[in-house]
Amino acid sequence: MAVPAATDTAATPAVDTPSTSTEPARRDFLKVLGMGGLLIAASSVGVRRLEAAAGFAPSAEPWEPHAYIRLGDDGLITIICHRSEMGQGIRTTMPMIIADEMDANWALCRVEQGLGNEPKYGSQNTDGSTSIRDFLQKYREAGATVRALLEDAAAKEWAVASSEVQARNGEVVHVASGRTKAFGALVATARTIPMPAATRVRIKTPAERKWEGKAMPSIDLVPMTTGGAIFGADVRLPGMKVAAIARPPVWGGTVLSVDDSLAKQVAGVERIVRIPASPMPGGFLPLGGVAVIATNTWAAMKGRDALRITWNHGPNASYDSAAYKTSLQESVRRPGAAGRTNGDVERGLTTAARRVTAEYYMPHLSHAQMEPVVAVAQVTNGKAEVWAPTQSPMDARKTVAEYLKLDVANVSVHVTLLGGGFGRKSKPDFICEAAFLSREVGAPVRVQWTREDDLRHSYLHSPAAHRLEAGLDAAGKVVAWRHRSAYPAISATFAPKVTGAEPDELTNGASDIPFDIPNMQVEICPAVAHTRIGWYRSVNAIHHGFAIGSFVDELARAAKQDPADFLLALLGPDRRVDLSQAGLVKPASNYGATWTDHPLDSARARRVVELAIEKSGWRGPALARGRGRGIAVHRSFLSYVAMVVEVEVLPDGTVLVPRATVAVDAGFVANPDRARAQMEGALIMAMSNVLSSEVTFAAGRVVQSNFRDYGVTRMRAAPRQVDVHLVPSEGLPGGIGEPGVPPACGAIANAIFAATGVRVRELPVGRQLAGWQTRSSN
Amino acid sequence: MPITLKVNGKTRTVDVPADMPLLWVLRDELDLKGTKFGCGANRCGACTVHVNGVAQRTCTMPVSRAAGADITTIEGLSPDGTHAVQQAWEELDVPQCGYCQAGQMMATASLLAKTPKPTDADIDAALNTNLCRCATYLRIRAAVHRAAEIKAGGAAVGSSGASKNTKED
Repeated sequence: MAVPAATDTAATPAVDTPSTSTEPARRDFLKVLGMGGLLIAASSVGVRRLEAAAGFAPSAEPWEPHAYIRLGDDGLITIICHRSEMGQGIRTTMPMIIADEMDANWALCRVEQGLGNEPKYGSQNTDGSTSIRDFLQKYREAGATVRALLEDAAAKEWAVASSEVQARNGEVVHVASGRTKAFGALVATARTIPMPAATRVRIKTPAERKWEGKAMPSIDLVPMTTGGAIFGADVRLPGMKVAAIARPPVWGGTVLSVDDSLAKQVAGVERIVRIPASPMPGGFLPLGGVAVIATNTWAAMKGRDALRITWNHGPNASYDSAAYKTSLQESVRRPGAAGRTNGDVERGLTTAARRVTAEYYMPHLSHAQMEPVVAVAQVTNGKAEVWAPTQSPMDARKTVAEYLKLDVANVSVHVTLLGGGFGRKSKPDFICEAAFLSREVGAPVRVQWTREDDLRHSYLHSPAAHRLEAGLDAAGKVVAWRHRSAYPAISATFAPKVTGAEPDELTNGASDIPFDIPNMQVEICPAVAHTRIGWYRSVNAIHHGFAIGSFVDELARAAKQDPADFLLALLGPDRRVDLSQAGLVKPASNYGATWTDHPLDSARARRVVELAIEKSGWRGPALARGRGRGIAVHRSFLSYVAMVVEVEVLPDGTVLVPRATVAVDAGFVANPDRARAQMEGALIMAMSNVLSSEVTFAAGRVVQSNFRDYGVTRMRAAPRQVDVHLVPSEGLPGGIGEPGVPPACGAIANAIFAATGVRVRELPVGRQLAGWQTRSSN
Repeated sequence: MPITLKVNGKTRTVDVPADMPLLWVLRDELDLKGTKFGCGANRCGACTVHVNGVAQRTCTMPVSRAAGADITTIEGLSPDGTHAVQQAWEELDVPQCGYCQAGQMMATASLLAKTPKPTDADIDAALNTNLCRCATYLRIRAAVHRAAEIKAGGAAVGSSGASKNTKED
């Protein structure tokens, strides 16, 4: 590399991770430029060259670059990725877009992981399926600006007009003479000429693109297939200790007393450290407990198991998920607070020709990402440096600073690869644990969570009850829709006295549905949290998708109509709706986007439904008993996804998926192969959610402990065939990582009904279908 | 106690408690970090390596049981990353987050050693306890077939009959 590994602090230990040689701090900019490199930063207000002569004073500028591009004299291009990689492919997709616009030589492109630094990078929170939908245009502008700059540089060197030259595959060509100059050879001139005017910067047309919108091999593929990829637990620091922590079994519990005599006898155990319980509800802060510090992981775990702790279990000691389920079901049988009101739902229901009511329930779910959470920290002399698989490096940085009472400038966060995230790794509690322990023991510490820790002390997906009532007219058209939900709020993890979900949790796929119904009311009913509630891939849209997707199918059956035809009729005439002006209570959130950019567009929903119908063979011959197809559509994270899932239900109740068809309108899709991979994964994660996953509580504690009792979909149950169809579009991008889950939940449940006549309204399906052949429809 | 292991062709001696699982010996003592911790209970397969050529979980295997055995980890699957399984995995861009993939690949290499032309049922049986929460199962299944082809002297990259299970539009 032409560019030396740039790091934020001189004290950074030598660590073999992809995330250490990352952030260009001021002196590093100068070092880079001193060596002849070209450094470009792109922000929401433009693209700049970071000038050596002019200096660089980040604190003086209200300027938040998202993309950094470094071009060395040797032609190597380093693109700094400011988003976390957890399998969605951003470390490939971001460079694809920038390098395509630059017309670079892909073989000379590298990616480096940016440190956690939001003043520098803007939001790095890799949640909400935002990486491409928030940054696509910025990446394009950054790449196109560098292309124009290099073309201008070549034109100057050759003393010709810029219009006579063209960047092509890593070099600039003088079209008339065929002369060429490699990008690297243009760096010196490119540093000194004026930046190209905005009018000179031209984003490529779709026909000119080489990589954007096409399949590219993932950048981390070889390290991942040879064992070299660095995840959180793979970081090594000299003198590093390993910690395992005994945390309160019940949320809000505290340590009464500890007998650590046996733990101290375990070979390799060095110290026992108490971590104070954080004030409830705790938010991103650690739960507290007792840490065993050891020279190696096995000793830490054995030492932790040898602790004898007496706990005060605190206010949630009687939390019982079966009783809680009943309380949620009772909650939705009473009126709640309106999150959306159109027309007069009561009148619509009472005057309808037919009224249909159904209730649905979904339990607590755990992310159960394959890499249990883990973090490494080194705290010395008032400075904290952490290495972690974090989705939100800035939340990690801020929370560690608050927790240790440090200036945020003295906290550095290195982002490793994430062994799955799904929302769990947005929360930096485990990073705070590592930082706290490092300070206490005066050495670098890796906090290693076990699978049991991960299931028992997570930020779980909320259990939810839904009650849906609809009125149908004589022709089977839906004239009234009342949807009552009860689930504990995410905000209950962050603020006291929260008694139910917030209206903006309903705009995650319940109050923002694209159906054409004149009288509609969507309500939120009380539900108090008794454990840490977090967000899990697709968030509330998981249970919204299950309940709404199932209910539409039930209505179709009640109206004696084909479920797909019924769904198309329910979407109504093509229309674009600004829901902030059409019944939603304020704030009428729209996944962080404006309603102008992303109105509710029923035509996009209709098109994906039609595509799924066409490609799935929905209108083909009927399937034998025991096989069935289900359909559902859902808009979430600004994308529209329809699915047709075909199931086979064995006599013992086992559900197999021979085939599924996924139709997606996510606007422009920058990396279609990764988008398909996300849809495949979302469908199968939805299978886990619907068929097997459940976290239950008894006496305040999580009952499940490991994959032996927390069910997830495995190879044998994985679909035989999944066809993903992406609607070609140049439209504003929507999310990709999450929108596949909600429609899959409904479609799977509906397919089970089609196959067996059994309507499963309470998840997981589990053993509910055993002996289905001898039962009739409920 | 000192225990001698043969790992990726090299003889290594470690001084650890006899009950330390092989996983932690590989990761903490020998710095072979490609083998992953997922469950600690033989339930997920992230820690799969070859012991005397056969796929084994290491998160519950006491190192004493591996003494003298011939151990291969993902780092030693091939000298240059060109084992048929690695080629197939790259061709089909199997990984998402990548965390479980070393275990998936070691289990696959072991399967192919005894079943050169596995059926879907063979694959399901061999890999059913290798979990992937990103759910790359479809591509893994296709990649196992592709690896079998490559191993049998199969066609060059791109001309395989075992394509991804997803369709191009």
